[in-house]
Amino acid sequence: MANLRDHMGRPIVAVTGIGVVTSLGVGKTDNWAALTSGKSGIHPITRFPVDHLNTRISGMVDFLPSSSKGASLLTYELAETAALEAVAESGLDAGDFGGPLFLASPPVELDWSERFSLYNSDKHDIGSERLLRVARGLKVTDIFETTQFGSIADRLADRFGTRGLPITLSTACASGATAIQLGVEAIRRGECDRALSIGADGSATAEALIRFSLLSALSTHNDLPEKASKPFSKDRDGFVLAEGSGALVLESLEAALARGATILGIMRGCGEKADDFHRTRSKPDGSPAIAAVRAALADAGLGEDEIDYVNAHGTSTPENDKMEHLSLSTVFGERIGSMPISSNKSMIGHTLSAAGAVEAAFSLMTMRESVIPPTINYDNPDPAIVLDVVPNQKRNAEVGTVLSNSFGFGGQNTCLVMAREPV
Amino acid sequence: MNSPRDVVISGIGLVSSLGEGPDAHWQKLTQPGAQPVLEATRFSPYTIHPLPEIDWNLQIAKRGDQRQMETWQRLGTYAAGMALDDAGIKGNDELCATMDMVVAAGGGERDEAVDADILAASESRNDRDVLLNEKLTTELRPTLFLAQLSNLLAGNISIVHKVTGSSRTFMGEEGAGVAAVETAAARIRSGQSTHILVGGAFQTEHSDMLLGYELAGYLHRGAWKPVWQRQGGEGGGVVTGSGGAFLVLEQRAHALSRGRKIYAELGAVVSGRARRRRDELDAEIALLLKQAALPNGELLAVSGASGAHAATAAEKSAFDANPAIATRAFSTLTGHMKEAQFPFAVALAALAVERKAAYPVFDAANERPFSGIPRTVLATAIGYHQFEGMALVSAAD
Repeated sequence: MANLRDHMGRPIVAVTGIGVVTSLGVGKTDNWAALTSGKSGIHPITRFPVDHLNTRISGMVDFLPSSSKGASLLTYELAETAALEAVAESGLDAGDFGGPLFLASPPVELDWSERFSLYNSDKHDIGSERLLRVARGLKVTDIFETTQFGSIADRLADRFGTRGLPITLSTACASGATAIQLGVEAIRRGECDRALSIGADGSATAEALIRFSLLSALSTHNDLPEKASKPFSKDRDGFVLAEGSGALVLESLEAALARGATILGIMRGCGEKADDFHRTRSKPDGSPAIAAVRAALADAGLGEDEIDYVNAHGTSTPENDKMEHLSLSTVFGERIGSMPISSNKSMIGHTLSAAGAVEAAFSLMTMRESVIPPTINYDNPDPAIVLDVVPNQKRNAEVGTVLSNSFGFGGQNTCLVMAREPV
Repeated sequence: MNSPRDVVISGIGLVSSLGEGPDAHWQKLTQPGAQPVLEATRFSPYTIHPLPEIDWNLQIAKRGDQRQMETWQRLGTYAAGMALDDAGIKGNDELCATMDMVVAAGGGERDEAVDADILAASESRNDRDVLLNEKLTTELRPTLFLAQLSNLLAGNISIVHKVTGSSRTFMGEEGAGVAAVETAAARIRSGQSTHILVGGAFQTEHSDMLLGYELAGYLHRGAWKPVWQRQGGEGGGVVTGSGGAFLVLEQRAHALSRGRKIYAELGAVVSGRARRRRDELDAEIALLLKQAALPNGELLAVSGASGAHAATAAEKSAFDANPAIATRAFSTLTGHMKEAQFPFAVALAALAVERKAAYPVFDAANERPFSGIPRTVLATAIGYHQFEGMALVSAAD
């Protein structure tokens, strides 16, 4: 009989379903095959013209029916696709899930294509006055729905029969991890036996790209797209904007065992700590990231020496990778040089609101498959960052525990600790 | 009956067209026949409730920080600072560093001039996607993006007020405010947290914020009327207002150990998602009222009703069916504040409990007097489009 409570007497939370979509494909099988063979999903942008743009590459998901239909519809389809895979694997009812929904998704805005078509459907007035007048004459509400921050979750709640008020959240690049954390906490508090946590981001519009570009956050290595994302390398020059989704079915271990579900992994701990230093830069001493890692370890009841592998935030920006190295070496000490630490983003780019969920899905697969996906494009190691990044080639290894980092713009840091087996 | 892990309200920060701070709101709202502050011309044919004059320096000391934000983030950061001040937490490094935070947020303000310029140019261009790249790469202010990001209100609160225990941002109109309060309360009750900053802000004086309602025709047009009197009027019934509401929720034992004033105890917080296309809203409201377990006898209800025709009619009929409830729809005087609506309702409920008096009627034709001392007050937010929530706020002793 497995222990059903953790070191703090809380219900242990198991993962019974995993779903994922990235630029590498739909579903775990295709993604895992590509990821472990070091394949990049980064490619030239074709969704919109790239005239005047400094960055002309991305990890967009271009192969779904909604890929050209705007951020809101694509984000929904990404979320639905990942969740369908996860719920199917769990064996639960995909139309009557029966637990709460936590969705990490990008902030929504009226798409430019809609702005243009609304504006040019009329000739009176100018600017916002015209838009408002056209708006109040609309007979259908599908454009309206794309501007409501709660609408994607509302549709998902309908689709999957989740229970109660769905929560849509944003903690920037940590959002996906926060969605999982909220699900874990709801189960631990005994509010539910199961939860559906999804991170989805289909918001790689021209405007999003330009906004990140203006902040000098993006790689401009346009000529060899698959080489552009190079975490921990000396010549890293920014992240690659990408889309994707990850979904987990979380259940109390007790409920999962009771219905004979396959346990895919255990969510051992979650930790967070906000940064008060700057809107885009992290505190130079790395103290918030350090505190987030330590909080996750404490929550998991694990010591520094009990983490086998780190799934890095590893964005490939000069700033993040330096700070992540600093914080990991502070927490793990000398051991850091011999711990495997790899970045999925070297292949899929930065999926923003989805990243924490996508990377949690890959972390769980790393443990199940006993294979660590590599950090590709590691050709010019940064001498200031001495890490075992699992360079360029996958590695076979027994991995019992994983730390997955997510550090966001705006100072929101969330870390997850996952384990292969219950205690 | 009291438990050390009860959730109490130990700080309130409020801003609306009526003014700023709990005292100013109490004074304005308890004046019989209080009149709303209206702005009917700037966004005609829409009336809005504008922000009052605010000295941002009072809560955001650094000009550099103020410059990094647009009005929405400033407003939220300002209201959050007031709540922290009120709870005696502001400037206390240890309490701020261990304080959790849940912010209910929409998005920030776009650059209206750049947008208008692009739209005007689109009339004579067929290559609109190229036009977009051309204009956005040259005309957007780089830092404006940060002022628009939903999670950056929380980010600014961390930077300005040093609240860094944890930081989460919930999105989704009124439902985000409901979920924020509900989750914060659950964290305290379960012992996960001792003190949490929770709230939101809405700045309506921007055309996109109006467009967010008007794409489904939700805004009221024509002469202003109280919330309950907009059925059948021109437009959709919502009159918006700029404002913000933040609460400090605290574990009872934690607040007592600091010797703080407690406004009220936050009891049950309930939430739901009616599938309104299937006409489930009436049943959902009835279910929430049941789950909230209302006390016997007369009950004051601080309603966040938006004026949106269908949702407001459903809420009204639920209250009309329960003669013990005396409602006060505060949006009559403040306008609808979207993500801030529910935290605002909870704050007004807590004020009535603490001051041991009910608000006079805001609409004599549709609300009835309440003469006793309200020991328990119901706060509601039935979303104008989706999501519903309620909370019970009671005397702390």
